[in-house]
Amino acid sequence: MVTLTIEGRPVTVAEGTTILEAAKTVGVLIPHYCYHPGLPVAGVCRMCLVEVEKAPKLAPSCATTVAEGQVVHVHSDKSLDARKGVLEMLLINHPLDCPICDQSGECELQDYTYQEGREDSRYREPKRFNPAEDFGGDVIYVPNRCILCTRCVRFMDDVAHEPTLNVSERGDRALIGKFEGRDMTHPWAANVIDLCPVGALLSKDFLNKARAWELDRTSSICPNCTQGCNVIMETRENQIVRMRPRANENVNAFFMCDWGRLNYRWMNEKSRVEQPMVRTGNTGLTATTWEAAITAAARALNGKKVFVAASPMLSNESLFLLTQLMQGGSGAFRVAEGDEAPLPGVEDLALRRERAANVYGAETLGFRKTKDLLGGLGQGDVLVIAGEDLEGVDASAISRAGDVIVIGSVMPSGVDRASVILPIANFSEEEGTVTNLRGRVQRFTQARQAPGETRPSWLVLGDLLGAMGKQSNFFLPSEVFARLASSHKSFAGLSYDRIGFKGLPVVDAPQTGPKAPIAVGAA
Amino acid sequence: MGYPHLPHSRETTVLSKYFGDAEARTLDGWKKRGGYKALEKALGMPPADIVNVVKESGLRGRGGAGFPTGMKWSFMKPGDGKPHYLCCNADESEPGTFKDRELMRWTPHALVEGCAIGAYAIGAETAYIYIRGEFTEPLYWMEQAVKEAYAAGIIGKNAMGTGKRIDVHVHKGAGAYICGEETALMNSLEGRRGNPRIKPPFPAVSGVFGMPTTINNVETLIAAAPILLNGADWYKKMSLSNPKSTGTKLFSVCGNVQRPGTYEVVMGFPFKEFLYDLCGGPYHGRKFKAVIPGGASVPIQTMEEAEATLMDYEGFVAQGSMLGSGGVIVIDDAQPMVTVIARIARFFAHESCAQCTQCREGTAWTTKILERIRDGEGTMEDLDTLLDIAEQMTGKTICVLSDSCAVPVVSGIKKFRGEFEALIQGRRFHPVNAAVA
Repeated sequence: MVTLTIEGRPVTVAEGTTILEAAKTVGVLIPHYCYHPGLPVAGVCRMCLVEVEKAPKLAPSCATTVAEGQVVHVHSDKSLDARKGVLEMLLINHPLDCPICDQSGECELQDYTYQEGREDSRYREPKRFNPAEDFGGDVIYVPNRCILCTRCVRFMDDVAHEPTLNVSERGDRALIGKFEGRDMTHPWAANVIDLCPVGALLSKDFLNKARAWELDRTSSICPNCTQGCNVIMETRENQIVRMRPRANENVNAFFMCDWGRLNYRWMNEKSRVEQPMVRTGNTGLTATTWEAAITAAARALNGKKVFVAASPMLSNESLFLLTQLMQGGSGAFRVAEGDEAPLPGVEDLALRRERAANVYGAETLGFRKTKDLLGGLGQGDVLVIAGEDLEGVDASAISRAGDVIVIGSVMPSGVDRASVILPIANFSEEEGTVTNLRGRVQRFTQARQAPGETRPSWLVLGDLLGAMGKQSNFFLPSEVFARLASSHKSFAGLSYDRIGFKGLPVVDAPQTGPKAPIAVGAA
Repeated sequence: MGYPHLPHSRETTVLSKYFGDAEARTLDGWKKRGGYKALEKALGMPPADIVNVVKESGLRGRGGAGFPTGMKWSFMKPGDGKPHYLCCNADESEPGTFKDRELMRWTPHALVEGCAIGAYAIGAETAYIYIRGEFTEPLYWMEQAVKEAYAAGIIGKNAMGTGKRIDVHVHKGAGAYICGEETALMNSLEGRRGNPRIKPPFPAVSGVFGMPTTINNVETLIAAAPILLNGADWYKKMSLSNPKSTGTKLFSVCGNVQRPGTYEVVMGFPFKEFLYDLCGGPYHGRKFKAVIPGGASVPIQTMEEAEATLMDYEGFVAQGSMLGSGGVIVIDDAQPMVTVIARIARFFAHESCAQCTQCREGTAWTTKILERIRDGEGTMEDLDTLLDIAEQMTGKTICVLSDSCAVPVVSGIKKFRGEFEALIQGRRFHPVNAAVA
């Protein structure tokens, strides 16, 4: 361990730590552009220069390791003056087009300039101009805003292991270029958009959709595969407009794949079941109150053997409550599949073959993974369709069911004889936990308001169990989880508080305990 | 010697003795002139002894920084189990410098010999000669020499029959000034973009291909041979002023002088006599105005400073400049200083590798302001801005290219402010005499 002083605060960190990282541990943010903890150090922006006592020159804090007894000044006149100089130079050829720039409001060039830059520029010459370029994939490059921090180049080289970008030209003519015949269609390429500290690399999907300050941000988990990348769901007027990775060194480092990132529109689905409905005599399905619907469903279920066709998108909480409904029956789920696409620079990170959030949780809780979803439905069983749209499933098997209850957010296809419909929130509209393919239990929270009279799935199922006379009295998803933790050995000892927003593995996870933090960019 | 002129009697030709002597280029010719004797001697010595002799001789790096060569070699720890590399920096790109070009054109075998000695001394089996892309003729002669040396068994897996392996490879750069910076050179050699690396780690720890590496200038390596043959004392005695600067130094002289060329003098030679006697003084009817004594990146000297200078590492520093690479650019009174400085700045702006912000933006910005002043569009505030940008460009970047651009600007404004102000105030510069004598 090494002890030093940063901005008057004593800091003790491991040998080999950089000054920049050491400063973070005592709440001192040294302004920087090219440095990113998930990428190899470049040391080129020269923004993080700090004054180290007794050193002849200012030191780049991202590339300087701590030394015993060092005294570091981050906000001294000398360091401030250097940063002011860098900021002025970064802006001399910058178009200053914040009003039409997507990055505005979440731009580090903007932030630091407001924080400590000059209020005017002494630059009187014509500015350099280069036209914007489509880089392929989801990426657009606006060279005029580029500060050449090379984060994007290093990501493609050292993390994606697919050299695609480079610094072309020299001097102030330099700009980011693409290698001949390459483009940004690598399955993880869109991460460069998040890595870009300015508005030079933009998402085509998000282009001109919203201003950063109009967005509401919610901590969540990407539901689109079993990797369970930690994400921030960003909503504007109750619509998800963007998903971005949230750092978690045990799951996804700082990254998420393009497929997961862009596959959020299904959560904004407009065609929803918004009212509880009950089938009555000759009028068919009729909208009714929650109480009436729950009572009807409880009556249909009571004493019957139940078969649950569940969705692996459902939370651990809801799947657990579904198992309580079975009464000697069973449950099954199916999962959509696609090609696996790893990110080579990060250990154990990939877009997984199985494209659902909670396959591990569903299997742990006793649901059978199958291609023939309704195969286990016995003659006369009550069929509970939970979160499944039955798209592509042979609905003729449903005729075996004694009764059909739908608990879902959209109307499943091919179901014409459901007796009760209980509308539930989708993944983005409720709170809960999912378990990723390594057995890591991770919390997601509500990003959108659910439409109509829709209720969270755990609440609906809890009420239903209560109406069936089973022990149930849940007011919060954390209470459902507490019940799960006390009744299932895999979840023993876990709680929302303990899981936090970084997740914790189940007791019998394939790798017990959090695995070693991901080594990023080891090449 | 003052190639292409006949040697001047006051020169001391150790390295440049055979300039203009075409026979010295061939292996036979070189051997006839005593070539490869030093290598033979070296291969019979323990490497540490060679390092000690060079250390004792006081030889310092001739590329510009003047770091003691023996000490640099001693950083290479023998027996660390890693392959060591020697890189010869033949990417001579500093404006005004062409001494290495002449050395390679006329005495290519001297460099092969120097590389072999250096490689053996630092425990390397491989030496790379990185030649700048524009040096097509030196490249030709170096390739010939290496081929001849291999064929004669002087280098290769059994160098001079001693069983020691010394490979020498000639590598052609693609023509970038920055590739003369040692870490950029290593990147370029490895096939990467020639961007300087952050130090530490220093090359002696992690250099080319991540292995311990020593980088030496052409002139430095060539000087090692006569030192081994004649002894450290012989070399040390060649010093006319400061004992920390020993031996002879090649100076390439260009600009407004009667006899531009490459001259070899003993360290500490009076600069005034060098300029007026050896180089023949200014053109007829002109007067010297300024000198850039060590390549474009050292401070400009006024004639007052230059004439008081003794030509060694300390002597140039004492008179407001640096020895640098020994590329003497002489400027006479017909030249507008602003134009000269703007041209130098434009060179650096063109060659900046674009990594560091201050360099990428600062060199170009400086150039634009200087060219505006040159064209009569400047303001007095521009001078303050220039000095302020120069301050931002000094000591804050990975390598010293940005400092190199700032240096002539700062020294130019400081020493020739009148010319800047005259242009700004609308008084055009009038050459005293445009006719060349």
